[in-house]
Amino acid sequence: MARVNTPEELNTFRQEILSKRDPNNPVVSICAGAGCVASGADEVIKAFEEEIEKQGLGAKVDTKGTGCPGFCEQGPIVVIYPEEICYIQVKAEDVPEIIEKTILNNEVVERLCFKNPGTGEVAIHESDISFYKAQQRTVLCNNIKIDSKSIDDYIALGGYSALAKALGEMSDVDVLEEVKKSNLRGRGGAGFPAGRKWEGSRNAPEPIKYVIVNADEGDPGAFMDRALLEGNPHSILEGLIIGGYAIASHEGYFYVRQEYPLAVININLAIKQAQEYGLLGENILGSGFDFKVYVHQGAGAFVCGESTALMTSLEGRAGEPRPKYTRSNIKGLWNRPSVLNNVETWANVPLIVNKGADWFTSIGTESSKGTKIFSLVGKINNTGLVEVPMGTTLHDIIYNIGGGIPDGKKFKAVQTGGPSGGCIPEDLLNLEVGFDELTKAGSMMGSGGMIVLDEDTCMVDVARYFIEFLTDESCGKCVPCREGLRQMHRILTNITKGKGKQGDIETLEELAETAVEASLCALGKGAAAPLLSTLKYFRDEYEAHINEKRCPALACKELISFYIDPDKCQGCGMCRKQCPADAIDGDKKLIHIIDQDKCTKCGTCFEVCPSKFSSVTKLSGVPVPEAIAEDKRTIVKKAKAKGK
Amino acid sequence: MSDIQFEIDGQKVKASKGMTLLDAAKEAGIYIPTLCHHEKLEPFGGCRVCIVEVEDRGWTKLVVSCVYPVQNDIIVRTRSEKIDRIRKTIIELLMAHAPDAPALVKLAKEYGADRDRYERDASFCIHCGLCVRYCHEVAKKDAIGFVDRGINKEISFIPEIAAKECPSCKECFPLCPTSYLQAAYVLVDGLSFPKSSSKHVAEG
Repeated sequence: MARVNTPEELNTFRQEILSKRDPNNPVVSICAGAGCVASGADEVIKAFEEEIEKQGLGAKVDTKGTGCPGFCEQGPIVVIYPEEICYIQVKAEDVPEIIEKTILNNEVVERLCFKNPGTGEVAIHESDISFYKAQQRTVLCNNIKIDSKSIDDYIALGGYSALAKALGEMSDVDVLEEVKKSNLRGRGGAGFPAGRKWEGSRNAPEPIKYVIVNADEGDPGAFMDRALLEGNPHSILEGLIIGGYAIASHEGYFYVRQEYPLAVININLAIKQAQEYGLLGENILGSGFDFKVYVHQGAGAFVCGESTALMTSLEGRAGEPRPKYTRSNIKGLWNRPSVLNNVETWANVPLIVNKGADWFTSIGTESSKGTKIFSLVGKINNTGLVEVPMGTTLHDIIYNIGGGIPDGKKFKAVQTGGPSGGCIPEDLLNLEVGFDELTKAGSMMGSGGMIVLDEDTCMVDVARYFIEFLTDESCGKCVPCREGLRQMHRILTNITKGKGKQGDIETLEELAETAVEASLCALGKGAAAPLLSTLKYFRDEYEAHINEKRCPALACKELISFYIDPDKCQGCGMCRKQCPADAIDGDKKLIHIIDQDKCTKCGTCFEVCPSKFSSVTKLSGVPVPEAIAEDKRTIVKKAKAKGK
Repeated sequence: MSDIQFEIDGQKVKASKGMTLLDAAKEAGIYIPTLCHHEKLEPFGGCRVCIVEVEDRGWTKLVVSCVYPVQNDIIVRTRSEKIDRIRKTIIELLMAHAPDAPALVKLAKEYGADRDRYERDASFCIHCGLCVRYCHEVAKKDAIGFVDRGINKEISFIPEIAAKECPSCKECFPLCPTSYLQAAYVLVDGLSFPKSSSKHVAEG
């Protein structure tokens, strides 16, 4: 393909691509994102390709492995255009039927459609599915429509038109002003206004400036950036080039975590393609603007998502944050002005340039504009990526989109904002998500992780888990973080093991204050958040652990005992047969008894006890009742019941 | 050099641009405790014990004085209830490693820190980084570095360099506040320095 030299040529080229594609021809889009691949999407793609080949449909039907549309719970996802028929949990053996019915005869294979769990209603189109209905997907929407390895697909959908508009119709200052006006706030964590950050760099005297994509997504359970990097890399690249233009930078970087190999491949490919088309490199679209992009892979440190640690790492040194009190947009990478924004922030830039700041500010709340992608995970029916306008309530996200809590369990809290975020309890579910709203509730937006916790989750253990994660990931440079986390982790572990002491909560609070106030970087300053928010809303759980040696959620192994209720046990023997520790004594028609000394508290008996009996219970904070006397162990109830 | 004027603990202080609050305080004879600071070395900002309160146009924030640059018209407070509480916690955290280090014992007395507040740890290194940074910045030998990260971070001599450079240098030894450095040196010497004579055997 020849270079595209002007915005007009890009437009002509787009028309050419479109003219070669008959909009009425079927296109089979199969999600090739990490979640669907794990559920077998690769085999499904292969099956489609083979079956289409076999039936000689190659010229008429297009098959593509696409980016992640977000409904990971039901993968592999297949969407067939132009009708937008959506099939879920597709297996390779379903493929011949789909081709036969849907492609050749325009019939819907109902058994592969999503059924609304409440009403049983069949959702034929993607947009009929409750999970998608309440979303507003401006950033994620193209993922399922694009072969993530094809720049033509991106261009066909209007890709790089924002770049053409910026370079062709707008001055660099116009672009900057538009982004400022949009009040786009950073999607990576702190929510700093992107336009102001850009302006600072632009106005800094140093002539060499950099723009950087923070693609070091590392929060447990978060994968929104991954979906964009893997699924629609050009949208991020386009945003980055526009950012470079706006601040007069000619060099950009992708800092991608090594654990995202597919993202690295797709980004590199996107850069190569953009260069070939003349959308990157020298004299882009004939504008005279030059821009180069490099990809740098992280080496597995969570702290490298922190701006100064990322830049230190990018310079080739150990990823530790800098102690300096100078903003990195003034003195960043190699001490030069550097604009670092998160993947999702950059992906919003082309939209703002194309549709205008007024469109962007029409979505969202007073202080948080646009949409936000959340990764909804944990105890939730519809695990996946959710893009909603800022201001959507947590309740809507969890119940309308997420489909509520599985197995009829009760909601307890939602953890937002990654390890440095916090837990929000049930009575705040009407909270509208936004940067300031979440911070006010003691949590934060972070990069958009949302972990739903149900009644079986122990909040002390949740705090312990996140503190453990941060202890592992602390760089170790400053005392409040390194030593503070070490001790917080120790105390929390003790509490969950029933070794909590009076005064532990106060000590934790003191350590938290020191970490928040005195740590060097954002990791340390945020390190106490999981602790503080659980203390704020679930202090009674801490107190129960410490004072009564009781875990109210019946989750902390060292504080619970398994007990078979003699009135309920029917002597079926399921628990005895499955117990890996040989800790259960019993026989046919004999009430079973758990030997507490042998029990390893693995919970197998609790899980396998038939629900019609539900005789195995968990106890905490109370002594296990004396075992039933031998002469009373024979089960007679059953005989009685028969006699009736 | 332009003069910058501000206030530390109620005292008017003059400093020049580019100085840190700690530099300025020192010049004015105002004491701020430090553990990882050394005048020959670049500011590290690791121990955080030099934390102070800065009031800038009505906004108050906590900053570490060894890194924070001087600014006109700010008000700096080197002691407050909060600062003292944070310093006490930092000292107590470090005393879980080195309860007998003279610098910590002295600070503990001043801030009422309890050396047994936290469960003891085996390593008595407090990660001030003085040895590592001195070797890199002043001696320019890089015979010692940090390995691993977080709570597993340790100083470590690089045997190949250390065997050649350290015996005749040892300039970092007096900098170590806990003498962990000396212990680490004995270990690397014993384990990996080439033994050319019977001297080590006799000593051992």
